[in-house]
Amino acid sequence: MSEKVVDLQNLTIDSAREAIASGKTSATALAELHYDRIASLDGKINSFLALSRVRAMTQAQKIDEMAAKGEALPPLAGVPVGIKDVLVMQGAPATAGSLILKGYRPPYDATVVAKLEAAGAILLGKLNCDEFAMGSSNENSAYGPVLNPRDLSRVPGGSSGGSAAAVAADFAAATLGTDTGGSIRQPAAFCGVVGVLPTYGRVSRYGLIAFASSLDRVGPLTKTVKDAASVLQVIAGKDVMDATSSSRPVDDYVGDLTKPVEGLRIGVPEEYFGEGLDSEIRQAIDATIDGLRMAGCVVKPVSLPHTKYAIPTYYVIATAEASSNLSRFDGVRFGLRAEEANTLSAMFRKTRDQGFGAEVKRRILLGTYALSAGYYDAYYRKAQQVRTLLTRDFMAAFAEVDVLVAPVTPTPAFKLGEKTDDPVQMYLEDIYSVAASLAGICGISVPCGQTKDGLPIGVQIMAKHFDEATMLRVGQAVEKQQAH
Amino acid sequence: MKEQVGVTLDDVRRVAELANLELTTEEEPKMQRDLNAILGHIDQLNELDTAGVPAMAQVGEMLGGTLLGRGEALRADEVRPSLDRSEVMSSAPETEGRFFKVPKVIER
Repeated sequence: MSEKVVDLQNLTIDSAREAIASGKTSATALAELHYDRIASLDGKINSFLALSRVRAMTQAQKIDEMAAKGEALPPLAGVPVGIKDVLVMQGAPATAGSLILKGYRPPYDATVVAKLEAAGAILLGKLNCDEFAMGSSNENSAYGPVLNPRDLSRVPGGSSGGSAAAVAADFAAATLGTDTGGSIRQPAAFCGVVGVLPTYGRVSRYGLIAFASSLDRVGPLTKTVKDAASVLQVIAGKDVMDATSSSRPVDDYVGDLTKPVEGLRIGVPEEYFGEGLDSEIRQAIDATIDGLRMAGCVVKPVSLPHTKYAIPTYYVIATAEASSNLSRFDGVRFGLRAEEANTLSAMFRKTRDQGFGAEVKRRILLGTYALSAGYYDAYYRKAQQVRTLLTRDFMAAFAEVDVLVAPVTPTPAFKLGEKTDDPVQMYLEDIYSVAASLAGICGISVPCGQTKDGLPIGVQIMAKHFDEATMLRVGQAVEKQQAH
Repeated sequence: MKEQVGVTLDDVRRVAELANLELTTEEEPKMQRDLNAILGHIDQLNELDTAGVPAMAQVGEMLGGTLLGRGEALRADEVRPSLDRSEVMSSAPETEGRFFKVPKVIER
């Protein structure tokens, strides 16, 4: 019945909700349609690690009953969503892309998961990602790589590769990802979807399997900027279960989208346009900036002088925090336990050797080294000081401009296997995304064109702490240019 | 990237022990190579004079006071339901009653 009525390619949150409210389709039919599409096409793409069909269909029936009674529908009523597998859903497998959590079914929901469902969303299942969100290509998942739906020979980006690919392949209208150094924005750019990094503290992390606690954030990936605003509206806000969440009031992201961008000051950071930036990406970003100027924005060059130090700073801080956070995976309380160990310490070591992949081990070793006696001041403390300088760069820039516009990635999506042998080359992939992560500001990746080979290009819009509303507004202006 | 020879195989083994990781003999030289490459890149930070720059743990401190200082992180100390113990314990590889069971702790 619904196949004719609902076009999954152009399915947005509003169109899904309206189709259900008007009786054109039902939440049940819409969920089935998505599961059918996943069943027929995800064998190749590998974006879902687990489906939560019973929970999804129970929720869909509930929404249909509300619609039948003519009740007011909640903001995400019947919207099919997917959840990155580092966020927990009660009773559903949570692997974080790692063998060490194989078989683990957490007994509770992450706050963001509970909020989405309370807002009417249909939770389709758990999405593939780099192991413990460590990676820029999704090739570090223990459950196989995700392929880019726009070109199956290429990576979808990482670590939220499954979350980006699922939206790009129309398996879900929206997904949740997490971003520690670029893990939402970069895969969004590679797959041609919208991805939001909210300000540190804006969205609860209760129920997120931690990678680097001073950096980890949860955010939406969607087809449109308005959809990203709608999802962020639902998941943002103070959570008593997360002491790092902010009690600052949540702005009206969706309502503020109607405000004009005219007169907004756009900063163009020169350090983001240097050597190494692909020429087609540079052209697309330049054209985007021209478009914003034509829309009445004031464009001015700015400098973020410490940008080149962002990657080394990030790889000290993120790995140091990871080495601490990942010490909980020891074969005692959940997941894998190595069988052949006779003593507790041997069990710890063997479990972690068998359970963790190469990249996770590499980062645990690097972080442990940076924190170990004799190296703490030279690496960890030094990086924390440079983090202050990087954050001051942004605060100085935001005294002059409202948003910063820059590339998300230096290159479009690369081929599978292209960078797996050289960790430093892979880390440099994050060159334009890690600084915003370290500074705690918000950022969004919005599609702004494609290469002559048809690969998506994303533009990054960064705004000051807790100014998601302005960031989204500029994002929507970029999106409108693309439609023309 | 310039490679430095700072990290030795012994360093790799020592750090692996600190991190409770048991590396295979094939993994050790690969990790040594990778750590040296990454640390070589990280050495760029020494170009910067950071004397007198405060260390930043997370962004809350840059936005005026610590979260704790503003009392924002504190919630009312009230009794409320927590996760069901048997449900939590059911995720563990081995349990006995209310306890997690592990191999023997004291090595002889």
